[in-house]
Parts: sequence; structure tokens; C-alpha cells
Amino acid sequence: MKKFLVSPSPHFHGRENTRRIMRDVIIALLPAVAVSIVYFGISAIKLVVLGVVTCVLTEFIIEKYMLRRKVTVNDLSATVTGILLALNMPASSPWWAIVIGSVVAIGIAKMTFGGIGQNIFNPALVGRVFLLVSFPVVMTNWSVPHSFLGTSLDAVSGATPLVLVKEALDGGQTVPQIFAANPGLSYSQLLFARIGSAGEVSTVALLLGFVYLLARKVIRPYITFSIWGSAILLSGILWLANPAEFTDPLFNLLTGGMMLGSIFMATDYTTSPMNKWGMIIFGTGIGFLTILIRRFGAYPEGVSFAILIMNATVPLLNKWCKPERFAKEAR
Amino acid sequence: MKTFSIGGVHPNDYKLAADAPIENLPIPDIAYISMSQHLGVPAIPVVAVGDKVKVGQLIANAGGFISAPVHSSVSGTVKKIGPVKDLSGKEVNTVTIETEGDEWIDTIDRSGDIVREIKLDSKQIIERIKECGVVGLGGATFPTCVKLSPPPGCKAEFLIINGAECEPYLTSDYRVMMEMPEQIIIGAAIMMKALGVSKGFIGVEDNKPEAIEKLGAFEKDYPGIKVVPLKKKYPQGGEKQLIDAVVGRKVPSMGLPIATGSVVQNIGTTLAVYEAVQKNKPLFEGIMTVTGNCAPGQKNFRHRVGTPLSKIAEYAGGIPEEAVKILSGGPMMGKAISNMDAPTLKGSSSILYLTEEQTKRKEETFCIKCGKCIQACPMGLEPYLLNKLGRINDMEGLEENRIFDCIECGCCQFTCPAYIPLLDTIRIQKGRVMRIIKNRPKK
Repeated sequence: MKKFLVSPSPHFHGRENTRRIMRDVIIALLPAVAVSIVYFGISAIKLVVLGVVTCVLTEFIIEKYMLRRKVTVNDLSATVTGILLALNMPASSPWWAIVIGSVVAIGIAKMTFGGIGQNIFNPALVGRVFLLVSFPVVMTNWSVPHSFLGTSLDAVSGATPLVLVKEALDGGQTVPQIFAANPGLSYSQLLFARIGSAGEVSTVALLLGFVYLLARKVIRPYITFSIWGSAILLSGILWLANPAEFTDPLFNLLTGGMMLGSIFMATDYTTSPMNKWGMIIFGTGIGFLTILIRRFGAYPEGVSFAILIMNATVPLLNKWCKPERFAKEAR
Repeated sequence: MKTFSIGGVHPNDYKLAADAPIENLPIPDIAYISMSQHLGVPAIPVVAVGDKVKVGQLIANAGGFISAPVHSSVSGTVKKIGPVKDLSGKEVNTVTIETEGDEWIDTIDRSGDIVREIKLDSKQIIERIKECGVVGLGGATFPTCVKLSPPPGCKAEFLIINGAECEPYLTSDYRVMMEMPEQIIIGAAIMMKALGVSKGFIGVEDNKPEAIEKLGAFEKDYPGIKVVPLKKKYPQGGEKQLIDAVVGRKVPSMGLPIATGSVVQNIGTTLAVYEAVQKNKPLFEGIMTVTGNCAPGQKNFRHRVGTPLSKIAEYAGGIPEEAVKILSGGPMMGKAISNMDAPTLKGSSSILYLTEEQTKRKEETFCIKCGKCIQACPMGLEPYLLNKLGRINDMEGLEENRIFDCIECGCCQFTCPAYIPLLDTIRIQKGRVMRIIKNRPKK
């Protein structure tokens, strides 16, 4: 008689797999990639390609020749890290910066912990912060986005809205004065195109990706919404208390890495909590820390640091915040 | 529309045999009637080799309180009493009967008339159900009479009939609801009388609108019974999930369903209760589905208990070439069959053929902490954590994280994007934790 397979239930598996999830994240990042290519042209393409190739290659070499185990680059997670790191860099940064950042992201932040699913800190952010503290000049040389292809862009550089405001405040100006002097700070500019890293120039493109991730149930909204909510709350209180010293909540939401960070970086599965309340505490922490760092820290931008700090709390949050159980114990 | 409150998944429901009317299978030449067709102690044979038996005749008595008597499903001569391999190859004490004709005991009402009046009182009903060997046909085969006699201090308030049939492919309950709706309603009324409750609910998932309509038509004639449409989600038919969905109460952890005032019975069981009480017919037949995407035909059969599975497969067109795994039950909780010569039992619900593409396990990759298993778990557990603790044998950790609440529905493993066999680990470690808890000295 023909022999049949015997195994315990369940005998079915859903359609979900890691590669499919990562592919969805890549699709969600496409609008932001497209916008950065439109604004920065060849330099944006160069960044993304270099980031992806270096990340994938680093993972491949480490797994194949150092760990001598099955190579997992097919799960596309290194590709996601590469794209995210590229989107976090100034478009004008030199080729070696993204290469070094990618090696650090995959080699140190991810593989030393055991690879996918095991790392404590977000690899792309570790790569970015490593570059920021090692090569501060390169990492803050922002090119001005230009919506017309073919114009030479790399030569033009300027300050990001956050830098501009922080420097002017430190120089003794008040917030309304700064806004009056800089038409580039208008909300329409902030929504569609502003100075910043390759991926954060267009808030609208990032929001499109967010909607896609939610619709595909790749992420849940708790982390992102808590970041926005707490950032609005803290910056709102400060702004209401002293509108001359502090920028308004909407400005804080639309500038820097807030959107890119809250939608794509803080929601990374491995480095964020798994249960609802853990997610809410995690997101709230990021929102508060971001606003505090922006106004009172040494750097004009704090999203990366805020996320990395909160990454460290994830094991504890997973331990403390349990999912809603079906029922109470009878015993 | 109602459904259970947390977790759950949406497998494709593949109700391929939904439109196939119930056909009577031919009576087998030899019937192998198992003594272990129920949860609990095996039944004790009361016939001897060489005895002549009739259809419906008692051939074995209940072996204890949690046990059930067994009746012959054929007429003929007892050839052997001894071990026969069941569907997983385990040897089980079995009465083997060679069939001669089809002579029924004369106490059974074989007419097609629907008997509406319930003459027996509560005690007599429970006694009759016990004598007729009725057991739960939803999977656990727990003796029905025990469920209908709540322990002292517990009061039943509702009877809930489980018409969810949330497992993909299975259609036997659906066919019963479609073809014998009034018998189901009467069966429910009988059990309500036995329990002394005035409220009965029949929970049916909304992917079976015709069954909801058919049963609903009798609501006005049988006051107290309500058909409750449920939003399709697996595992709606889990006892705890169904109670939550229908009456909104939650069975406490390690507690019994009766703690919520609910008694749950399956559709097949309800039909068996009707036949036992109104027709005096012991449980020796069952309804089962023969299906699968690669199956030669989609069928629903009424089988005599003890018919070899291979005979049924043959009658239904043979085992398809593409089938690599054959299940008894659905794809989420069913059992893989290794021995097709095994006989059907009272609780047999299907022969399901799965292809390699459908069922082959993929290689496990790393957990990415996506939390999808947590979202899928209908008990609010953290399967990834239980798997992790289980693999290092952290028994305290497993108990602290309530592994004993697991209902083994398989939602976590179904969802896991890293193909981690979560339930394999959890099932083994749950058994060990339960034994530790059971053997612990009581304070």
C-alpha cells in the first residue's frame, strides 16, 4: 500500500511568510524611493542601489563564510535595511558613507546578534547613527530637493527645517520671526518637498506607504499613532506655554525623520514590542524623547536616538505587557 | 453579527461537498466495531464469538462513568473479539462481525415520520441517551449523558448547539442541518428538557445562509430556541469560543463550560439524541464527508460504524493519485490517517485528501517577532514565547504563561510567517505541564 504522510495538526498553512512581509515593506517604500529619485535623480538611485547591494552582500558573506550556515538573504530583510538606510542619508553623501553604514547595520547591528529576528537595535538606524557621530559633516550636508529633473542639484545645499529653527532660536530669534523669514517652512512645502534625507522629503509619499502597510496588515497602527500622539501632546503643551520659544505640533510632525521613523523604523517587528500596550508605551516613549532631544538635546533631530533608546526597552515591554487573555483563572 | 472576541484566523473554507446530499453507504461485509469510540474507559463486550447479533443490539457495556455502551451496526455473526489497528495504527479491542442480511432489532422506529412530542421526562431522557451510547460527535466524543448532568452546585442556563462547522472542507453537519432541520430543533428541545433550561441557541456561521434559514423557519414552533448567525472565523466551533460568541460569557481558565451556565452539543450529537429519544435508535450510524481538492468526487455519506475506511474510499472513487496525506477530520485539527484499513467510529467526520502542495511543511526559519501568532491565538496566549520556553524545557515559565489554556486549534502555526511548528512544541509541553499541575499536592 502507498505510504501517506503523517504529522500532527494543523495540516494547513496560511499564505503568510517572511519574504512576503518584507516584499510588502519594499512595496510600501516605493513611493518614497520614487519621490527621492524625482527630486535627487541619479544620486538617489546610487544611494539605494549601494545600500541594498552592500547590505545583502554583507549578510551573504557573514552567513556563508563566517557563520557557515544557510544563507537567508532571500527573505529580503537585508534589502529592506539597505533601502531604509539609503532613505535616511542625505542624497549628496559620498558612496563610501552608505557602504560603511550598510556594513555596520548588517554586520554589527544584525548579524552579531544572530541575524534576522534576534537583533535588539534597528539595523538601519544603528548604521545611520554610526555615520552621524563618525562623519557629522557628511551626514548633515543636505541637498535642496528640486522638482525638475536635469537641473544640477548636488551643488545646492541648505539647512533642514529643524536645523534652521534650532540655529535661529539659539541665535536669539523667536519662532514667529523665523517662520516669517523662511517661506520654505510653509506647510505645503513640508508636506510635499523639503530639505532632508533622501527618503523623508515627501511626507505624502511616506503616508501612502503607511496606508499600504495597514491595509496589508503588515503592521498595526498602535506604535505609529502613539508616536504622533505623544509628540503632538508634548510639543503642543510646550508651544501653548511659550509660542515664541517652541515650534507648533504640526511642524514637529512634518519635519525631520518623524514620518519615516514612525512609519518604517519604529514598526520594525524584531525591535518593537509585540503586544498592544507594549506598542503604545514604546511609541509614546519615542514621541516624547524625540521632542525633548529636538529642543533640549545637542542634535536638532532626535527620532533616530529616540527609537534606538526605546529599542532597548523592548524585551522588558514584552515581558510586562501581556496580550488580553481569553479568561481569568478559575483556580 | 456575533463572533468570539479575540484571535482567530480565516482559512479558505473549501466546502466542496456542501451540495452533495447524504447517501447511504453499502453495508460492509465485515464490520469492525471498536470498543474505544468515546473519551474514557473502553467498553466491555457482552457478546461472544459465534453469537448472532442484530442491527442496534447492545454488544458492549460502558466500562465506567466516563464511557459509553456500543451497539452493533450490522446483523450477522461475531467472528472475533480482539485487537484491530485503528487509523493511527494503534491496537484497540474490537468486535468483528461478519454481515448476514440487514435485520434490525424491533424496538427501533424505522419509519420516516418526525416524532415531535417529547414523552420522556428529564431523567428518562438522560437514561435513554446513556443506553443508546450517544457521545459528542464534534471531535472529543465525550459521553453526552455526562454533559447533560451538570455536577452538583452547577446550574445550566443555556443549551448551545454547535452548528459552526468552522473547519474547512467538512460538510456533514451542514448536510444534516439542510436535510433534517426539524430533527435538530427537536433534538435541541429534548436536551433543553433534560437540562431543565428554557433557552437554547443554535450557532451557525454565516457561510451557511441556507442552513440558517432552514433552521430559522422552525423558531416560531419551538419557543425558546433561537438560531444565532455567527461571523465566519476559525475556531468558532471551539467550545469556549462558541460560548463567548453566542452568550458573551467566558469559560474560566482550567474551568468547565458549565461555569458559564452553558452546555454545548454538536449538530451530529443533536441528531443522535433525537434518534435515541424519539426513535429509540442507538448510535451506530454516522454522517461523514469524503472530500479534498484532488478527490474523485465530493460526497456526504451515512455510514455504519465499523466500515473500513478503505471501503468507503473505494466506493467514493478511490484514493486519488495526488493525495499525499489523508485526514480524519478537518485540516486544522484533524488526524492524519496512516492505516486506511481502520474502521469508522461514531465520531468519524471525514476522509479528506490533501495534496503535497497543500500540506507539505516548509523549512522553519527564524522567528521575526512579528506577533502574528499572538494576534491569531483565540486564548490570548503568546505562542512564540511558549515555543521558546518549551524548547528549553522551562516548565515554570510555561505555566506562568498559561500554556494550559491552549486549545490546540493550530491558529498560531497556521499564521506563522517563519513556518515554525509552534503547536508541535506547545502540545507536548502542555501535556507535561498538565501532569505536573495534576500531581501537585493540593493546599
